[in-house]
Amino acid sequence: MTDSKSTTSRKGVAIGLLIGGLTLAVIIVLTVVLSLGKRAAIGASFEPNPIQKNPKHSSLSDSSRPNHVLFPVKINRPNSGPRVDTDIFDNDGQPVTVSCQTCHATRAANFENRIPTDLNEFHNGLEFSHSSVSCLSCHNSDNYDFLKLADQTRLEFVDVMTLCSQCHGTQRRDYDHGAHGGMNGYWDLTKGPRTRNNCVDCHDPHVPAFPKMRPTFKPHDRFLSPTEPKAETHAK
Amino acid sequence: MPSNEPHVPPATNKASASLPIIGQPSTRRTALKGAALTLGLAAFGKAIWPMISIPENVSLDEFLQQHYKELSADDKQKVFARLATETKEKYGAKVTINDQRPIPGVKFAYAINLSKCNGNGKCMEACNIENNHHRGVDQSYIRVLEMTKGSMEMEHGSTTYTHDVPQDDKFYMPVQCQQCDNPPCVTVCPVEATWKEEDGIVVVDYNWCIGCRYCEAACPYHARRFNWEQPEIAAEEVNPNQGYLSNRIRPQGTMEKCHFCLHRTREGRLPACLEACPTGARVFGNINDPDSDINWILKNKRVFVLKEELGTEPSFFYFFDS
Ligand code: HEC
Ligand code: HEC
Ligand code: HEC
Ligand code: HEC
Repeated sequence: MTDSKSTTSRKGVAIGLLIGGLTLAVIIVLTVVLSLGKRAAIGASFEPNPIQKNPKHSSLSDSSRPNHVLFPVKINRPNSGPRVDTDIFDNDGQPVTVSCQTCHATRAANFENRIPTDLNEFHNGLEFSHSSVSCLSCHNSDNYDFLKLADQTRLEFVDVMTLCSQCHGTQRRDYDHGAHGGMNGYWDLTKGPRTRNNCVDCHDPHVPAFPKMRPTFKPHDRFLSPTEPKAETHAK
Repeated sequence: MPSNEPHVPPATNKASASLPIIGQPSTRRTALKGAALTLGLAAFGKAIWPMISIPENVSLDEFLQQHYKELSADDKQKVFARLATETKEKYGAKVTINDQRPIPGVKFAYAINLSKCNGNGKCMEACNIENNHHRGVDQSYIRVLEMTKGSMEMEHGSTTYTHDVPQDDKFYMPVQCQQCDNPPCVTVCPVEATWKEEDGIVVVDYNWCIGCRYCEAACPYHARRFNWEQPEIAAEEVNPNQGYLSNRIRPQGTMEKCHFCLHRTREGRLPACLEACPTGARVFGNINDPDSDINWILKNKRVFVLKEELGTEPSFFYFFDS
């Protein structure tokens, strides 16, 4: 090991000297630590920092904090419902899009269309892999600019989470307790607000499986590396 | 013993397979003997520490600096200002160093949903950026282990995978400081440079640390890191929002570890690694608050801790959805 060759270290000399002076002492400390292992013994000798033993039954309680007004938890929402590109551009060069009802208002709903291969006139190439859920269990056959719930209630596209939650109650419960879906901002709502992701930020409604990812960041840390011997951990 | 000898005794060398720090039986008699012995040595250590001559590259101010816990509010302001000036000189970055203290009544805990974590490693990257880690080695307080389903031995995990994740037969387990309620790293520190605060966070006074690395050897979670080199960070990448006990740029030759981003979390914010997680696998909060998310998880998910048999009592939990 080259650990102690730390002459360039800011405290190299101090370390060296301290080690020189203390090596024996520390070896004994460690031997004691290693052979005893009982923290009671050591705790008593160092009397360092009171360790809060049983935090769950701490005497400190939330009542010691004033009851502030809580900041809001904001859930991301899609800006609007989807529209369809026409490949036409307006005078400002902006793409012209149309609402779903442009076509669907005059078309009878087709409940036989369940999976993309059922589609040949339009929406070809739509990707779909959401179990055996059919198009019209989410899309509203009375008005395609809306979604619908199982009881036929009309639902705005921006409220899509209500739709997901009706079939994925467990995930919604976990989401409501922070165990699914992630968050940003403040854990302490007395100090600041929090934002939550929408289900569709992470799951495409048509292909909801979470996508695979490629790791991009790797600390140069040889810990547990199959190619490096363990003793070389961290060594340069 | 000459100081160019390896100063980590063989018993604690990283090469040794197990870290039998705690959980071993001892009789009351040896325990008492140990207590007396360590008392003497701790006192000895304290006594000789100030007598060591000042190394060339350490300023007199720094050398005379007291232990963090003995600094008055005034002293702290002076020390923090000095450190900020030094950062300006060395890194060309204007930073503010603060002294975020525990929030009364708050005890932090962290949980990771292993059914969600896919090993993408964004948390490690966020830690590197947030905590002003050495860019040269892409230092991070987090290691994401790729584990074979069925095994919970972190020593069998791999950190070097580069394929797409998740792989079907694997799960991914991020490991960082577990903020133990019984922290072995704290007890082995010969100079009390590391201790546990009331909100559960184990902190390091980087200016008091002598870099002996005993804590690193004592940690069963391999969570402590040593600054082998003076950290290199481009001025524009330095995170200027700094805490004395957390993400200020650490001197070379000192130990460091995850501090639950205390410069953020003690101000009510979420840790950087949590915010960066694209899968939403991370949950953080105050376990003293019965309505907190973290408390709901402890009650409603089958949580477990790593190496429970060691009695370290981590404040860090893992769970799978079932
Ligand atoms: C340019 C006309 C057009 C527009 C605009 C359009 N659709 Fe369609 N849509 C069709 C046609 C034609 C079919 C039938 C395809 C088939 O059977 O091959 C269809 C089928 C569907 C179906 C399958 C169920 C059924 O009734 O056949 C759904 C669901 C659907 N469209 C949703 C939408 C949504 C949502 C939008 C708005 C984002 C939209 N459509 C916009 C023409 C359109
Ligand atoms: C699980 C519910 C669900 C199912 C099932 C579903 N959709 Fe959708 N669909 C949505 C939601 C939600 C959106 C809005 C997405 C957005 O805002 O980008 C959408 C958007 C669309 C759009 C417009 C945007 C796009 O992706 O082109 C079309 C067209 C569409 N759906 C057609 C279909 C067809 C056809 C089927 C059956 C093969 C189907 N959908 C099945 C929920 C569903
Ligand atoms: C009508 C019921 C229904 C609705 C509405 C619905 N789902 Fe699903 N979803 C299912 C079923 C059924 C499965 C497959 C069985 C399972 O794993 O639970 C599924 C599977 C999934 C999966 C797992 C996919 C995989 O391949 O691993 C995700 C993620 C998902 N849904 C997300 C959503 C989201 C997001 C929404 C809202 C846009 C939604 N679901 C709306 C019924 C629904
Ligand atoms: C931060 C991203 C994120 C958000 C937001 C999110 N999920 Fe997920 N979800 C995931 C990940 C990651 C998985 C695990 C995927 C895997 O198994 O590979 C998952 C899995 C699922 C599954 C598959 C079953 C399971 O529990 O593993 C369903 C169903 C699901 N989510 C529904 C939802 C619903 C409903 C919402 C909104 C209330 C939602 N998700 C919000 C990331 C998210």
